[in-house]
Amino acid sequence: MNTYPRLDFSYFPGCSMATTAPESNLSMMRSAQFLGINLIELEDWNCCGSSSAQTLCKNLSLAMSARNLSLAPAGRPLVAMCPRCLLYLRHAQMCLRRDPETHRALEKRWGRTIDLDLEIMHFMEVLVRFGLDRLKESATRSLHGVRFVPYYGCTVFRPPDLKREKYFQGEMENILKTLGAQPIATALSYRCCGSFLSATAPEVVTPLVDEIMDSAVAAGANCLVTACAMCQLNLEIRCTAGTKLPIFHFSEILALALGAEDYEGWFIRHLVDPRPMLQELALVA
Amino acid sequence: MTQINPILNPDAPGAPRIVESQPRRSLAAEVIERSATNLSRCYHCQACTNGCPFFRAMDYHPNQVLRLVQYGMREPVLGCKTIWICVGCHTCSSQCPMNINIAAVMEVLRQMAVEEGVAIAKPDILDFHEEVLRSLERYGRAHKLGIMWRYKVRTRRWLSDVDVGLKMLAKRKLDLRPSRVKAIEEISDLFKCYWRESK
Repeated sequence: MNTYPRLDFSYFPGCSMATTAPESNLSMMRSAQFLGINLIELEDWNCCGSSSAQTLCKNLSLAMSARNLSLAPAGRPLVAMCPRCLLYLRHAQMCLRRDPETHRALEKRWGRTIDLDLEIMHFMEVLVRFGLDRLKESATRSLHGVRFVPYYGCTVFRPPDLKREKYFQGEMENILKTLGAQPIATALSYRCCGSFLSATAPEVVTPLVDEIMDSAVAAGANCLVTACAMCQLNLEIRCTAGTKLPIFHFSEILALALGAEDYEGWFIRHLVDPRPMLQELALVA
Repeated sequence: MTQINPILNPDAPGAPRIVESQPRRSLAAEVIERSATNLSRCYHCQACTNGCPFFRAMDYHPNQVLRLVQYGMREPVLGCKTIWICVGCHTCSSQCPMNINIAAVMEVLRQMAVEEGVAIAKPDILDFHEEVLRSLERYGRAHKLGIMWRYKVRTRRWLSDVDVGLKMLAKRKLDLRPSRVKAIEEISDLFKCYWRESK
């Protein structure tokens, strides 16, 4: 445990982190604890609306994200780990800035203020802005030997409106390089994983996922690290490639480097067991 | 008195009824306004199509969809598979040299297809989205096991993906009980705009 002053943030988990990928949530919370970053879950948060609300009704999508913004207490930035939730939250804030009428109507509806200057950040941005020195000092396991594909999928692509904003591309490499791992840049890091088509049209998703996995193997990586919990799931459940590399949530590999010991509970939820690879590198017992 | 040709005399019995119609707005104008995206800027360089991970599953390529809208071909474009296959990954928007928000165009076309009641080319994908919305309306959060169950009931695809579902259950990736929002009335209130107006 370090002696840095505690940093407070509001935290929006989102449905994936809360349900299908609790290992991602647990490992992120563990990392934050090591780094003195205090993530305070938004009280009574709701789903950001995700692709389905965005597909069928814009007002609904905007209002669902806006409700979460209305729950964020003033004075501390809002942090999300799921890139899609982050996108919808930022997008809602931008829409409300441009549409004061809807902004007022929603504030009145819930009797809460929606701060249009609230800073909405990805967890990786928090690490880079506040935590790189903390990171170096807190690291207890060197990730030397981990050759990872930083798999962002579509998470850093965004609509033209949000293109000029600061985002978290490249931060995964920056952070994990600091911890001794080696990023592999020649695989399909930015190829979409198939998103919800994995549920409705697996025959479309499987070839994509196989291409991504094959490219990682060909590039000489020994694992993939994902920015998004849904990507992690799709890459695991839809892969039929011959060699299946383990796929980590970014927060898992981070927590491991910081010395977390409760990793068993995370790794048993993986369909491709990462423990043999980590044991080979003598990272875990 | 000479008999006036009934076609020329609208009051004559048997004369064809003349209905003055409001000229319908052009499809392009409607899509441009609703998506806040000026798709007239598209000069069909096909950067979007070259980058799209899903083009193999599409009947029209992304730039062809824009072309159909530019030409005002309402039926083929609202009835095509492409608009439903698009997951909104924004690979295309990021590569477009004219900064066109192509995913926003796809979104508007999907909404128009539902509103105008045309035959949906990928009804199972619409079913899936609606099941997600039902879950969100009921719990405020997505309950994935419930969504997949109801989606299976609706599409009657009982046997597909049973292995994946069992693996996910075994790995505790699917919660049996939904996680709920306490102030659920704040959520269900928001759904009036979708279910009650367009359905």
